Amino acid sequence: MRRRADSARRSDAFFLFCVYAAAAFFVVIVAALFVMLTKGSWLSLQTFGLKFLWTSEWNPVNNTFGALPLIFGTVVSSLIAIVLAGLVGILAATFLADFAPRWMARPLSFTIELLAAVPSVVYGLWGLFVLAPLIRSYIGPALQKTLGFLPLFQGPIYGVGLLTAGIILAIMILPTVTAISRDVIAAIPEDQREAGMSLGATKWETIRSVVLPAARTGIFGALILALGRAVGETIAVTMVIGNRPVISASLFAPSYTLASVIANEFTEATSDLYLSALIELGLLLFVVSFLINAMARLMMWTVFRDK
Amino acid sequence: MKTSLLQRVALGALIAALTAPAVAGTQLTGAGSTFVYPFFSKAFYQYSAKNPDVTVNYQSIGSGGGIAQFTQKTVDFGASDVPMSSDELKRAGDPVIQIPDTLGGVAITYNLPGVPNGLRLTRKLVADIFLGNVTNWNDAQISRLNKGVKLPNLPIIAVHRSDGSGTTYIFTDFLSKVSPDWKSKVGTGKSVSWPAASSVGGKGSEGLAGQVANAAGSIGYVELSYALQNHLNTAALQNAAGKFVSCSVGNVAAAAASKPNISATDFSIVNQPGANSYPIAGYSWVMLYQHGSDRAKSKVLHDLFAWLVSQPAQSMAGALDYVPLPSSVQKTAQATLKTMTF
Repeated sequence: MRRRADSARRSDAFFLFCVYAAAAFFVVIVAALFVMLTKGSWLSLQTFGLKFLWTSEWNPVNNTFGALPLIFGTVVSSLIAIVLAGLVGILAATFLADFAPRWMARPLSFTIELLAAVPSVVYGLWGLFVLAPLIRSYIGPALQKTLGFLPLFQGPIYGVGLLTAGIILAIMILPTVTAISRDVIAAIPEDQREAGMSLGATKWETIRSVVLPAARTGIFGALILALGRAVGETIAVTMVIGNRPVISASLFAPSYTLASVIANEFTEATSDLYLSALIELGLLLFVVSFLINAMARLMMWTVFRDK
Repeated sequence: MKTSLLQRVALGALIAALTAPAVAGTQLTGAGSTFVYPFFSKAFYQYSAKNPDVTVNYQSIGSGGGIAQFTQKTVDFGASDVPMSSDELKRAGDPVIQIPDTLGGVAITYNLPGVPNGLRLTRKLVADIFLGNVTNWNDAQISRLNKGVKLPNLPIIAVHRSDGSGTTYIFTDFLSKVSPDWKSKVGTGKSVSWPAASSVGGKGSEGLAGQVANAAGSIGYVELSYALQNHLNTAALQNAAGKFVSCSVGNVAAAAASKPNISATDFSIVNQPGANSYPIAGYSWVMLYQHGSDRAKSKVLHDLFAWLVSQPAQSMAGALDYVPLPSSVQKTAQATLKTMTF
């Protein structure tokens, strides 16, 4: 009897240890990343200080570095992506959950998940050779003709630029948004929908006032997850964003993101300050992702506090 | 358990095979420039075919990465489109020798519908285009040089390399030498801050060429080998002698021949005199430790690179659209290699 209790207690303790260790692993990794990034960017942090965040010049020849246009590019391209992907994704998820017949829903879900399996560089190639010419020849001029009074759609159209990068990112994060939203919407119990319809609501009214509000938290979580991916996406973006560190009001103008600069310039950066500035960009990216997640959690907490 | 004689012999042979030292061969590692990668991979393959006990592993991670790895002594040799500066040499600690291993040119490529190959441009005009001072293709400065060519009314889009690159270094070196404005405003470097208002960056030669191909009115710069292999339209530049020359193997070789005494501290061959010299050309370099700790390995390295700068290997480079080193430069390189201790 005693032997069984002892060995049971030991194996239980070991299991507990494994579980705690696995959880601690994540904390250790995040802390280690943060420490390594701070150490690497120390020289740049000392040289530029906080000015780094609002200087616009990125000049490797006279060693002046500023991240403002890069932060701008990262934030705007990700915003475009999340707006486009959110719209299409939630609509697609609603279709899959509530409208599609069983024989259509399965293969359609499979196709959407297939999008997630496409490598980033393939998206970049497609963007450079298919989407960019399309935007330059058709979509861009059409937008300029109809919405040209907005500064967003003025200026020369190169084909590559913020808009192209935003669209590519939207396509890349679409599977995440759609898959998670579909699961969340499908998980809303059927009797909620029936209750809505029994009160006389049409299908659209039920979805709008019963299903989607109930799925709010989950959909929001999906959007944040997708936003996190969009912010860090490197190769596909660097092939279609035009790689020019400027802040412009036009969506057609070329831009630059934090991740693209690091990918482009890291291998040839030989001076210590240059390397340090690039690592500081990595630290910035880390902090930006962290802030997006924290802000999202805060928003969810305040908005859904009374739920 | 009783084992037969046959079994014991077999077991003995197996143990001998597993514990015998590996084939006494030398494994060399190198890293650096992506520009020379096609040449190096063919050359090292050929060398290993002739000398089976030598294998060379080359990683094309970029010139900066190559110098960094070489400094940390994680690779035996480095390759870079720009020789190590005095700061980098100091950081390496031990004495380093640098030899040129191949020659390349930078072609100006453009996308102008209806305009054939060989558009004429002066050196100052190229600088003005990339400075953003000339903004439309039907500008008088361009049409004056190209009478008989119908230049379209398109804005000029100046495309550059967004990744740090030796090609950018050679191109900006050329621009700094032909335009004092460029020299003061921008300077020379593997990555610079491009001033033209209408400019776009592409990653790698493929990205740059892809961007030029996609947008009519674009102008950019690529390595000669890339332009030849992809049949791109390239401009004919006016050289220091006043002649318009195209970017070709012969014209780049002429530029190199007009300055035979190059060294790691005086290596620029842009804007050279000579009737056929193409104005935008440059060498690519290999760096080795002069007194390597492993003497046997130093001997193997010496033999490998003495072969690489010799005519047979350089002719092979020519077949891959690189420009063979002039014989005077080959001789200087071999003399430098002989200063290695082994």
